[in-house]
Amino acid sequence: MLLDIQDLKVHYATNQGVVKAVDGVTLSIGENEVVGIAGESGCGKTTLIKSLLRLLPGTAAVSADRLAFRGRDLQGLSDREFRKQILWNEISLVPQSAMNSLDPVYRVGEQVVEAIRAHVETPRRQARERVAHLFDVVGLQASLMDNYPHEFSGGMRQRAMIAMALALEPSLIIMDEPTTGLDVLVQERIIRKLLEIRREIKSSILLITHDISVIAEMSDRIGIMYAGRLMELASATDLFEQTHHPYTLGLKNAFPSIKALDRELISIPGSPPNLIGTLAGCAFEGRCPFAVSACASERPAETEVGPSHRVACHRLGDVETMRIQASEKSTWQSSKSAA
Amino acid sequence: MNRARSTAVPASENVLSKALRGFGGALRNQGRIIGASGLGRIGAVIILFFGVIAILAPWLALHDPWETLRDASNKVAIMRPPSWDYPLGTTTLGRDILSQMIYATRATMIIGLISGVVSIAIGANIGLMAGYYGGKLDEVLMRFTDIIYGMPFLPFIIVLISLFGRSQWFVVLAIVVIIWRTSARVVRAQTLALKQRQFVSAAKARGCSNLRIIYRHIMPNILPLLLLYTAFNIAWSIIAEAGASFLGFGDPDQLTWGGMLYDLWISGKSRVAWWWFAAPSIAIVLLVSALVFVSRAYEEVANPRLRQR
Repeated sequence: MLLDIQDLKVHYATNQGVVKAVDGVTLSIGENEVVGIAGESGCGKTTLIKSLLRLLPGTAAVSADRLAFRGRDLQGLSDREFRKQILWNEISLVPQSAMNSLDPVYRVGEQVVEAIRAHVETPRRQARERVAHLFDVVGLQASLMDNYPHEFSGGMRQRAMIAMALALEPSLIIMDEPTTGLDVLVQERIIRKLLEIRREIKSSILLITHDISVIAEMSDRIGIMYAGRLMELASATDLFEQTHHPYTLGLKNAFPSIKALDRELISIPGSPPNLIGTLAGCAFEGRCPFAVSACASERPAETEVGPSHRVACHRLGDVETMRIQASEKSTWQSSKSAA
Repeated sequence: MNRARSTAVPASENVLSKALRGFGGALRNQGRIIGASGLGRIGAVIILFFGVIAILAPWLALHDPWETLRDASNKVAIMRPPSWDYPLGTTTLGRDILSQMIYATRATMIIGLISGVVSIAIGANIGLMAGYYGGKLDEVLMRFTDIIYGMPFLPFIIVLISLFGRSQWFVVLAIVVIIWRTSARVVRAQTLALKQRQFVSAAKARGCSNLRIIYRHIMPNILPLLLLYTAFNIAWSIIAEAGASFLGFGDPDQLTWGGMLYDLWISGKSRVAWWWFAAPSIAIVLLVSALVFVSRAYEEVANPRLRQR
């Protein structure tokens, strides 16, 4: 197992109370595996990965029962050790809006060289050769490394950021919304490239996005996050074919499917709950059309419903009826928040 | 074409020539920025003019600036208006004002340059640290800046001089202590804005240390602003030095423009000796406006909205 996260919590103390941005996430990533995390904006996806990379501000309180990388406890490392030994050598990041993540005053190649030389002692020329190779891998002409970021298009900058993440062949690459903000054609090309790269290098990928179709295309396993909690975690096929959680059912309705083009898209009424304070029950209770009284008072435990398929829901017994009813628009309008 | 050029360069170049070319390129860039505006060009020419005089002072001056001159009939040349023999006239002690001006240019420019550069170095570092780290450090540094804002220049220099005696270094010290504060505030504000930019968090994510982010990523991005404030600070230093010297706080053994005006004032001839008054005053106004013109050219880079469309 590459990365093992047990009960990770990220809390912020505010004047109004404790904000539980990430509230008990348990997730593991294996070698050479692509794990996708999907969920709507503000559900804690980015906070989750920032806590892994120690990029959160000092006001965030991060705690976990276990946080281990290849069996090595990450919580015991000092910030400096983490930066020198783990960051970029083992875990790298393609940041959100990677397009704006290049420093405007330096040549693009120079910034990748900096990333390499910050972690491994390499002669400049050798680092530049490596960058030329990386540019080739992500489909950029090597000659472009001496250009400035403003001379790049959005897609090219994205590729440059991916090249930077690949620089030291880390075992885990975290991608935060790698295709957001790009038009569909460029998006498609980047995904193709990522799949291609993935076949070549043996890195695992943790992919964060709110775009279900991107995640479906790339991931081996998919986790659905909501209000800082993992609602359902399953292999890509199981998640879509053996959906158990009402929230996942709702998300599926909200995205077009190529198998049923004439299907009406149904959105989930309401918005995610306020994360301040403690949610006693299920986080989705307020918007769930299938909620029962237990849902409001008791947090559902994560239950194994199949091989590596975990769901946190009280009504797993009624999954068949829920699946049928979830495809009706009227069902969703009956939930608490819609009324 | 583009491709052939940029691939050929890195392979065939050694480090030194590359560094030199980079420096030359940067210099050319600065030249282009200043040259782009007409006033900037005028300013650059004036600064260059005074700069050459300052450097070549010992070779340019016809007389020792302290020497009492005698004319052809062996009379002491006291209070002579500008003439062929004494292009800018002489003082009550028969000293040649042109030679005094040449040496004073050197001293004034050295004081201005040192105070300007040291103050920007202090202000920029304090601003960068306060803006980047925020929190307690920001609080401490900025309250300290506020305290400095409450410090008046003249009383401070009077105290310095009455404690330690008259020296040009105390003038420099007093100027530096007073003027770094503005640059610190401006740099902090820019740093606050820049550190929110994506490329800073991206640099952090790839493991850049804080100091590396501050000096390698944030500082180059505020360089136009720093150059602007360097020019401002030098101009302000020259004015402050002239003011302090005119009031008699300067080094009595050091000729500066302000010091010359002080000599005129204590000679009691300020109503008569217009030439003695004119030379240093015009020089001060010229050099300070030249610096302001150049800084205007930089301001257009730092603040593109000022650019004429």
